[in-house]
Amino acid sequence: MSSYEARFKVWRGDVGGGGLKDFGVEVNDGEVVLDIIHRLQATQAPDLAVRWNCKAGKCGSCSAEINGRPRLLCMTRMSVFTREETITVTPLRAFPVIRDLVTDVGFNYTKAREVPAFVPPDKLAAGEYRMTQEDVDRSQEFRKCIECFLCQDTCHVVRDHEENKTAFAGPRFLMRVAELDMHPLDAADESGLDRKKTAQDEHGLGYCNITKCCTEVCPEGIKITDNALIPLKERAVDRKYDPLVWLGSKIGRRSSGG
Amino acid sequence: MSVVDRQEWDVVVVGAGGAGLRAAIAARERGARTAVICKSLFGKAHTVMAEGGIAAAMGNVNSGDNWQVHFRDTLRGGKFLNQWRMAELHAQEAPDRVWELETWGALFDRTADGRISQRNFGGHEYPRLAHVGDRTGLELIRTLQQKIVSLQQEDFKETGDYESRLKVYQECTVTRILKDGSRVAGAFCYQRESGRFFVLDAPSVVVATGGIGKSFKVTSNSWEYTGDGHALALLAGAPLLNMEFVQFHPTGMVWPPSVKGILVTESVRGDGGVLRNSEGKRFMFEYIPDVFKEKYAQSEEEGDRWYEDPDHNRRPPELLPRDEVARAINSEVKAGRGSPHGGVFLDVSTRMPAEVIRRRLPSMYHQFKELADVDITAEAMEVGPTCHYVMGGIAVESDTAAARGVPGLFAAGEVAGGMHGSNRLGGNSLSDLLVFGRRAGLHAAEHAAGLTGPTGGRPLVDEAQVDAAAAEALRPFSAEGPAPGEEDGRPPENPYTLHQELQQAMNDLVGIIRREAEMEAALEKLADLRVRARRAGVEGHRQFNPGWHLALDLRNMLLVSECVARAALERTESRGGHTREDHPAMDRAWRRVNLLCQLTDPTGGLAATDPVHGQIDLVRETTEPIRPDLLALFEKEELVKYLAEEELYE
Ligand SMILES: Cc1cc2nc3c(=O)[nH]c(=O)nc-3n(C[C@H](O)[C@H](O)[C@H](O)COP(=O)(O)OP(=O)(O)OC[C@H]3O[C@@H](n4cnc5c(N)ncnc54)[C@H](O)[C@@H]3O)c2cc1C
Ligand code: SF4
Ligand code: SF4
Ligand code: FES
Repeated sequence: MSSYEARFKVWRGDVGGGGLKDFGVEVNDGEVVLDIIHRLQATQAPDLAVRWNCKAGKCGSCSAEINGRPRLLCMTRMSVFTREETITVTPLRAFPVIRDLVTDVGFNYTKAREVPAFVPPDKLAAGEYRMTQEDVDRSQEFRKCIECFLCQDTCHVVRDHEENKTAFAGPRFLMRVAELDMHPLDAADESGLDRKKTAQDEHGLGYCNITKCCTEVCPEGIKITDNALIPLKERAVDRKYDPLVWLGSKIGRRSSGG
Repeated sequence: MSVVDRQEWDVVVVGAGGAGLRAAIAARERGARTAVICKSLFGKAHTVMAEGGIAAAMGNVNSGDNWQVHFRDTLRGGKFLNQWRMAELHAQEAPDRVWELETWGALFDRTADGRISQRNFGGHEYPRLAHVGDRTGLELIRTLQQKIVSLQQEDFKETGDYESRLKVYQECTVTRILKDGSRVAGAFCYQRESGRFFVLDAPSVVVATGGIGKSFKVTSNSWEYTGDGHALALLAGAPLLNMEFVQFHPTGMVWPPSVKGILVTESVRGDGGVLRNSEGKRFMFEYIPDVFKEKYAQSEEEGDRWYEDPDHNRRPPELLPRDEVARAINSEVKAGRGSPHGGVFLDVSTRMPAEVIRRRLPSMYHQFKELADVDITAEAMEVGPTCHYVMGGIAVESDTAAARGVPGLFAAGEVAGGMHGSNRLGGNSLSDLLVFGRRAGLHAAEHAAGLTGPTGGRPLVDEAQVDAAAAEALRPFSAEGPAPGEEDGRPPENPYTLHQELQQAMNDLVGIIRREAEMEAALEKLADLRVRARRAGVEGHRQFNPGWHLALDLRNMLLVSECVARAALERTESRGGHTREDHPAMDRAWRRVNLLCQLTDPTGGLAATDPVHGQIDLVRETTEPIRPDLLALFEKEELVKYLAEEELYE
């Protein structure tokens, strides 16, 4: 066991403004940044606001920026930094600050509501669903999402462009569209809902220029760009210019879904 | 005094975990205008952490499974103290609740023929747990969250307002259930972000707040688990049932210190992982108790064969119910055969190829790699017991989930008692959330509907209660003053320090192995903390102030901890999640005894800060006899191990 004193800069403030505050704080073997923030609360700054819940990388609450990079506080080990380094912790930049490290992530909940839900197939009762593992693999990858919103925070389309927020759902919710679109039993088509088209027309897929920054920060290692956004784009393009491809894909999907 | 914003609903659900969300869906579908309120963001409740799966006798993997077998396993796991009607409903309804999730978009792992795959777990006779890798809780919560959103989308289409019939108040905390006479009338809440108070007026309140683990130092539970719902119910006049039963999961991480307690899912053992001590021995074979002798493998060879051929071999003892495994690990460590950091070894690396481990246990692989620098495909994990789940909880009517004694109050999920008896089987919680969450929501909606006719009759909250609740919540800001009868000038107590002392005391004195003198010491310590907690003070203002939130949570943790300690002291036997060193055997006479905790001062004033008497009274009650047709599901030879003579021949 060895402990040392680390230097931290933590953003403190609220809607009215704020700034980085310096702290010297003890660090022990095996600790993560969230442990240090908790130690600050317990010893130096009892009212330091931070969101967290599981402390195990499962809930996606503790998102913040560490040395400018969007990360989970509970999954960032102190050992990735040198002892000499000053560690700077700031709130997510793409969302309005509430207080200290806590931001208003309401944008994401608004976007979630705008994606039409799973449409259950008419003819199958509960308990009659049959899908092979292969069929569900693709959507399952996207359902690993813990909604930490780090991808939403890092995507340049909205990161410094408040004005794009109305039109752009962000990688997390474009991926949700892809997830439903790839769900083997989703009956959106039959109900007259064309998910691929809505990605383009209603959720701002066109803004994405596949920089893959979202994929890089995803703590779940989901290949957001390659597996969700690009296929969605390709299909949106197919659909726009080649009605035959579109028809073919529909027929193919229906026969595999049965 | 304060002017507090008030809103009217038919049903208020406190908690947005599996139980709360399922209740809200049921209430809204039954026509009630429903509000959900939760401490963290929507979709992040503790349920998200569940890993292994949902138990439901669908029989997809082994067609021998059915509700009767599931019921039997549940009673065995709970050592027959379960509220049997709940166990019956649970076993019968769980499959429908799981299938229903598929119609809301859930994607479980599949069998070769395209059904929902099911895995083995401790105490379950057949592969029974529907799962998604080791992130089943995430799938459950996301599915329910998305179902809520889809109902909101329907409401939007109809009314132009997403929240007209179903609203989630996220990052808000309930500190009091409000009443009109004996009936529920609403909830007093504060918004974490602003610190503002508000009241939700409603004739039905469903408590679905989860557990109490944050009163213990080593725990797999998150900060939300401060026993709020248990305390809210007590303060509202409802009794808690069998609070001595606390489950210590056998496998939590033990190193590094900052992650001590984080769960290592039971699926590791279900899928073939084995426990070894420092001598390399699979010690669980030494710890098979008599009641389970016929059901578990007697040799490593037999245990290993079981994974491939479960019909002709018995399961390995690593898959005994959790209480047995946790005690065994505790004994091995005590006997000096532990691992370097005070646990034992859990090994999958020698049992499965690396890529199978990574596929089947992705989050475990990730968790150890990221947090402990351990590659579980190449070396063994170190694990030890961690406080995981509370079997005790709000005493409820089995069919309706109505809390006993307080009309309009309902409870479901981990906060409710009875279902799991003295010990819960893995996977039986997620199914419990769905089965009883739905029932609670439905009956809460019906209760409210019965009061909204032309004659009205809805209960009313009077201003005095609201003022009292507000004053209670504000006290930490003015705690600098001396406590009554104390000399002047003592500084206020730091809530973080009080919390740490509480956790240490519960861990050391009312932990996995209990002794009379230690529990008495715990009660004294709790009394001392209670007095000091009156003086817990906070700095800063009300806006998102974690110090203040903790100061308020302390009331709940102290109340609930006292329940655990008092009930544990009273029950002079060992059963399930309650192990007494001074009374090591299970006593059939105690099987008929439920221990109910009630508030000593029923006016709810918490005046009883008197250190000796405490705040909790214990009442004994005789359990309801198990229905004969359910008893007939067991062999007589088995029943004699659990039931008292008179019960057998009644
Ligand atoms: C690591 C881990 C793994 C697990 N794995 C499994 C498994 O594989 N299978 C299984 O069956 N079980 C498992 N369990 C147990 C199971 O996850 C829990 O028992 C279950 O999720 C509890 O759900 P709940 O709905 O009762 O409460 P929770 O999901 O905990 O939700 C409680 C809700 O109440 C809210 N709340 C609490 N207090 C207040 C208040 N004062 N005011 C407002 N809101 C409040 C919280 O914010 C939260 O929304 C596991 C548990 C852990 C810790
Ligand atoms: S790939 Fe697209 S969505 Fe992802 S960060 Fe880049 S622009 Fe944004
Ligand atoms: S996709 Fe990844 S980064 Fe984005 S919200 Fe989900 S888990 Fe977080
Ligand atoms: S606290 Fe849950 S992901 Fe960090």
